[in-house]
Amino acid sequence: MVPHRRSPDDSDGQPTGLGRRRFLGYLLAAPTLAIGVQLFDPQSADASIPTLPQPEEIFDLGDLQNLAAAPTAGLISVQVHPDGTASFAAHRCEVGQGMTTAVAMMIAEELDLPLAKVTVTLADARPELLMNQLTGGSNSMRSIYLPVRTAAAIARQQLVATAARQWNADPATLRTANGVVTAPNGGAATYGSLATAAASSTTVAVAVPALKSPSQFTILGTPQNRIDAHDIVTGRKTFGMDMRVPNALPTMVARPPTINGTVVAVNNTAAVLAMPGVTDIAVISHGVAVRAQTFGQCIDAIQALRVTWGAGTVDNQSDASVLAALKAAELPLVVPPLLTQTVDAEFTFAFASNAPLEPDNAIADVRSDRAEIWSSLKVPIVALEAIAAMLGLPQNAVTVHVVPGGGSFGRHLFHDVAAEAAEASQKMGKPVKLSWSRTDDFRQGRTHPMCTSRVRANVLLGNVITYEQRHTSVQTDFGHGLGEMITATAASLPVAGNLSFAETIFELSQSSPYNFGVTTQLLNEVPLKFNTGSMRNIYSPNVVCAQELVVDRLAAMMHQDPVAFRRQYLRDARVLAVLNKAAEVGNWGATLPKGMAQGVGVHAEYQAAIACLVEIDCTPATVNRQIPNAVTGPRVTKATIVVDPGFAINPRGLEAQMMGGMNDAIALALTSSLHIQHGIPLEGSWDNYFYTRQWNTPLDIQVVIMPNTSTSPSGAGELGVAPSLAAVACAYARATGTMPTSFPINHGTLGFTPFPLEPSTPQSPTDGLVNTF
Amino acid sequence: MSSHTFTVNGTQVTVDTDDSVRLLWVLRDILGITGPKYGCGLEVCKACTSHINGKAFNPCSVPVSQIQPTDEITTIEGLPATVGKDLHPMQQAWLDADVAQCGYCQPGQIMAAVAKVKQVRAEGREITDDDLDQIRNICRCGTYTRIREAIKAGAQNM
Repeated sequence: MVPHRRSPDDSDGQPTGLGRRRFLGYLLAAPTLAIGVQLFDPQSADASIPTLPQPEEIFDLGDLQNLAAAPTAGLISVQVHPDGTASFAAHRCEVGQGMTTAVAMMIAEELDLPLAKVTVTLADARPELLMNQLTGGSNSMRSIYLPVRTAAAIARQQLVATAARQWNADPATLRTANGVVTAPNGGAATYGSLATAAASSTTVAVAVPALKSPSQFTILGTPQNRIDAHDIVTGRKTFGMDMRVPNALPTMVARPPTINGTVVAVNNTAAVLAMPGVTDIAVISHGVAVRAQTFGQCIDAIQALRVTWGAGTVDNQSDASVLAALKAAELPLVVPPLLTQTVDAEFTFAFASNAPLEPDNAIADVRSDRAEIWSSLKVPIVALEAIAAMLGLPQNAVTVHVVPGGGSFGRHLFHDVAAEAAEASQKMGKPVKLSWSRTDDFRQGRTHPMCTSRVRANVLLGNVITYEQRHTSVQTDFGHGLGEMITATAASLPVAGNLSFAETIFELSQSSPYNFGVTTQLLNEVPLKFNTGSMRNIYSPNVVCAQELVVDRLAAMMHQDPVAFRRQYLRDARVLAVLNKAAEVGNWGATLPKGMAQGVGVHAEYQAAIACLVEIDCTPATVNRQIPNAVTGPRVTKATIVVDPGFAINPRGLEAQMMGGMNDAIALALTSSLHIQHGIPLEGSWDNYFYTRQWNTPLDIQVVIMPNTSTSPSGAGELGVAPSLAAVACAYARATGTMPTSFPINHGTLGFTPFPLEPSTPQSPTDGLVNTF
Repeated sequence: MSSHTFTVNGTQVTVDTDDSVRLLWVLRDILGITGPKYGCGLEVCKACTSHINGKAFNPCSVPVSQIQPTDEITTIEGLPATVGKDLHPMQQAWLDADVAQCGYCQPGQIMAAVAKVKQVRAEGREITDDDLDQIRNICRCGTYTRIREAIKAGAQNM
């Protein structure tokens, strides 16, 4: 829900909301100009004590993260170098969301330096940052925006002061632009020429200047291309798998035929060790690791290994048994149905995979007295602590480097692969570059668990008077740092009672945007031991999809148009504004052929508001269209996404996140799921797990970014998924005349032949030259 | 273990490895050419898409023994040289549209796009939405819309 507490824009550009906190600035002891910024007075976080029924409205998950980050956010530093560039090692991970580009824009803006002269790298795990090195919850922009800009502004101030000293001039008369300080008399000095003179031999506190006001911005708020785009299109961007660490040879793992199975015995170690290229074999917690000269030879070895496996953690579970467990655990609806004036609905969402395209991988070099790890990690401190404990090393003997990830979608919140690489390296006594296979990623990797959402809404005298939603899910693992945040901030949270981590996160991320009278949304979890975790937007896609389908049913029951009905009941001006804009731009109410329909979904989270309007084509000609070896089905032909992000730091990047969210949603609504059978997903490749591909993506996506409604950015990386899923589901219901109750809609049909469970990684094909084009 | 000679990005190379090792691992693990990405090793995700004698293919599914001494392999690293520029027009179109998010699939997407445009040109026509629908490369970030836009723009300058 969008908050109303946000302070109005300040004309002087001083931080608002969260930024009411004061900052401490330091000139750091360094050979070149280095500015550190530390926040203090953390108790002045922008969350007030709640008095409203739904906590998310006044204190959301991002606020939790901000509150936890406050005491340590300051230990960040912007440096200016003699070559005229500035650099910053971000305490966040880049996985495609555009964090590094946005941070570079913040620094360029406040420093008056061209964007191309700002370098943003990823900081190693820094245990002293405690809980302020977690990339998740769409929180990075919200928590970084003010501290990073403040550091850059201090750096600019120091450069000006240094030039003023050299020129014996009044600093107030000097100007900065494009990395140059200029004086009224024509004097000019580049930042590079001042960087060394501006440095300090001791660390001293410095005054904190005013930040620019949005009206002064020339970079922030303007569309900018990604700073790593050139490296990407030339193949130079280095991902974990591309790094070269001496002697870190390719390593893969033969895995059990059920989730989290164990190794009882390896029956042909000597024969596999004799295979070409194979150097080492080691039994690790959940498989047999093989190190070889190439990954191809690791795959060969996996074909040959004969292993006796022990039981996994969910061997007796299949889709049907999990669903039965969820149904048994559903919390009761407390308001009795008023018969003819009730909408009662229940929805099921299948397991889904948060696997990115880059398979999980990590490099580990574990020695007797130290260890070094490279991996794409969104919570590197937790990874460092856990790996050090596992290896029996002190934390200060373990270095964890954060590597850019080829996507994350929640997967990199956990360090499973880094821990495996460390275990394998320790047991082999050699460095390893360990990669999961694609099949490992789907079958043994983290999942968004199956859940049900039961909704009941009662109507009396033409008004919706109650709305109850009972969300029941296989438990989601939050053991990656958010749990520690909740523990550390428990006394400040607006949720009462002894809630679990998951319940707390649910309550901090969910709220109904409608005036539906008595409203309750509750979570219950079933403790099955699947490998789960957050997937982009966590609970919201499922909760909002169920909600919006029910809203459409309520509208129909009351003989109202879906958009008109929403206008009547929405209780937030920003949500109403994006809905109205979407209806206008997306041409709501357009006459479409039979079998096609529009659908709309609205949502508010991360202090943003968003509406999606889609058109879906469910005509037989489209549903049955033939693409070789493709799952086709209904096609979303057009999508309009209207977003109010508070302040849009980089509209081009924001648009990209909305488009990605829409493609995720299309997959979740129509095609993508995991089928659990006897303790393991059947899916093993992207031709089994039908993530959206070109033949299912809309030909027409339009993203409208509303004029800024705040000086502060909201979260955006996950925002688009929930309302898009809802819109697609509502459109499908209207096009077919049947409200879908099980997602994705094709889950009941297994559209592929599963790979065998052993070998756990299938052999690569050999017909690549037959399929050239 | 046997010797395999072929040309990659304009340079003749000889590698000693087993016949069955797929070309992707020869490129990545032996030659250190990492533009072609590993996304599945199953000829499905297409992240490793490169060119053999100007045609798109997936080196994850070609044993190195199938590569002939006369074969010319081009990876994303060698694409600009095929047009004698610092960037191929398709790469420039990718920059102009700011296509990439995480970037992992994009080398393969660009190589597939160049081949697809050439393929339809050989058929005497320009690229259509139906042609674009046939491109199988997965983008898990969901950049498909900008990919389509970039391919159409890049084709104009090819």
